[in-house]
Amino acid sequence: MTFKIFTLLLQAAVSTIGISLVSIAIGFVIAILLSAANLSGKAIYSAPARVFVSFFRGVPLLVQLLLIYTLLPAIGLNVPSIVAAIVGLSLCTAAYQAENLRGGFASVPKGLIEAAEVTGLSPRQTFFRIRVPIALRLTLPALVNEAIMILKSSSLVSVVGIIELTKMAQDLASSTYLPIPIFLSAGLIYLVICSVIALIGRYAERRLARTSI
Amino acid sequence: MTLSAITIQNLVKRFGNATVLQDINLEIPQGKVSCLIGPSGSGKSTLLRCLAFLEESTSGMITINGEALGFFETPSGKRERLPPGQIRAVRAQTGMVFQQFNLWPHMTALGNVSEALKIVRKMPKADADEKAMAQLRKVGLENRAGHYPSQLSGGQQQRVAIARALALEPKIMLFDEATSALDPELTGEVLKVMRDLADEGMTMVVVTHEIGFAATVANQISFLDHGRLLFSGPPAEVFAKPRHPRLDQFLDTYLDRGASMLA
Repeated sequence: MTFKIFTLLLQAAVSTIGISLVSIAIGFVIAILLSAANLSGKAIYSAPARVFVSFFRGVPLLVQLLLIYTLLPAIGLNVPSIVAAIVGLSLCTAAYQAENLRGGFASVPKGLIEAAEVTGLSPRQTFFRIRVPIALRLTLPALVNEAIMILKSSSLVSVVGIIELTKMAQDLASSTYLPIPIFLSAGLIYLVICSVIALIGRYAERRLARTSI
Repeated sequence: MTLSAITIQNLVKRFGNATVLQDINLEIPQGKVSCLIGPSGSGKSTLLRCLAFLEESTSGMITINGEALGFFETPSGKRERLPPGQIRAVRAQTGMVFQQFNLWPHMTALGNVSEALKIVRKMPKADADEKAMAQLRKVGLENRAGHYPSQLSGGQQQRVAIARALALEPKIMLFDEATSALDPELTGEVLKVMRDLADEGMTMVVVTHEIGFAATVANQISFLDHGRLLFSGPPAEVFAKPRHPRLDQFLDTYLDRGASMLA
């Protein structure tokens, strides 16, 4: 295996990281909105949120990606495959992140919400200033876990024509007849990226420990 | 005749079938300390929470400085909810201190005190911090401003919670068993802050098990039992014999426990 091949794998890894990070970030924003819908106590918001979560948790990501890839052009949206990939990953991780956050939101002591209420914070201000920061600290380990899952699941986006780390490894393996060193290298690169995410997560947990309940 | 800060008329609170407050009528005088005492489950905390509008009463009226809290009665006698803006305005006249402090763990002491100033009152950060700092100084915690609640003792946390309520300049302070979660050594520092506040002429409604505090600081003591207001009057009357038999029994338990500062 040459240096050239390893460089190609690293370049593909950059795609993997980029797609994953963007999807996790978008998914997080959607998950917060889903949480707000759940906490609103109003069925017109919480019912669609529940349907969303059960759909994207219950359908395999591979099927979701293929659906989105074929559905978007069918309704007249001709988007590049990178967009289809990010939409698919974002919606899927949003459902999982929302489920993780649900436990966190449920664990915010009622008294802290009452304290916000008596000091005049509106429900929206209470949500963003009190509930979200506390719930985030409570669910940080689960969210880090989800980030790692998405990074690994991003190998599936090759089905919509994205060349990321796994796809690049497959292509290189079939053209060079060196599958073992190439797949070993790809696995190692995944391992390193995931370890870095885990380390950052552990660091953040330690930093936030004294500001948690 | 002193002015009433709070007027409670025919207040009833039910949780499902359980009646927690039965027909409470009480005037809380302005600039005075009013203590609510009674055994656990007597409804004293629920009454206080009704005053903070954390619980909505089932019927009856609460008036704060002449303004109806939460509900109003139409000429035909029907009870209707006031618009949210009006409820917020009346609630802003009261500040509340909880048994469990309820400081927000992700904010420093200063952050807790300045939060509502910044977010609700829309004060510029520098002004809010300055005002919050002044309140922390008042409760003797200026040098703990940058500490998180997890780094403070229970007594310190409760003093920060008092500063947080005071920063919003309420006309009335509500204390819900403010010292019950503290060990005896730490209750003193919180009671001192409460005494100082009373000396400044703050209107205070205090739910407490500290009979000594009630006896020495309160201008009015109200005794609740099983959701009924059995007695309300100045401490001299409360502790003079003969008393209401139920109050007698209640106070005797305290004396038995050696909590007597009132003999």
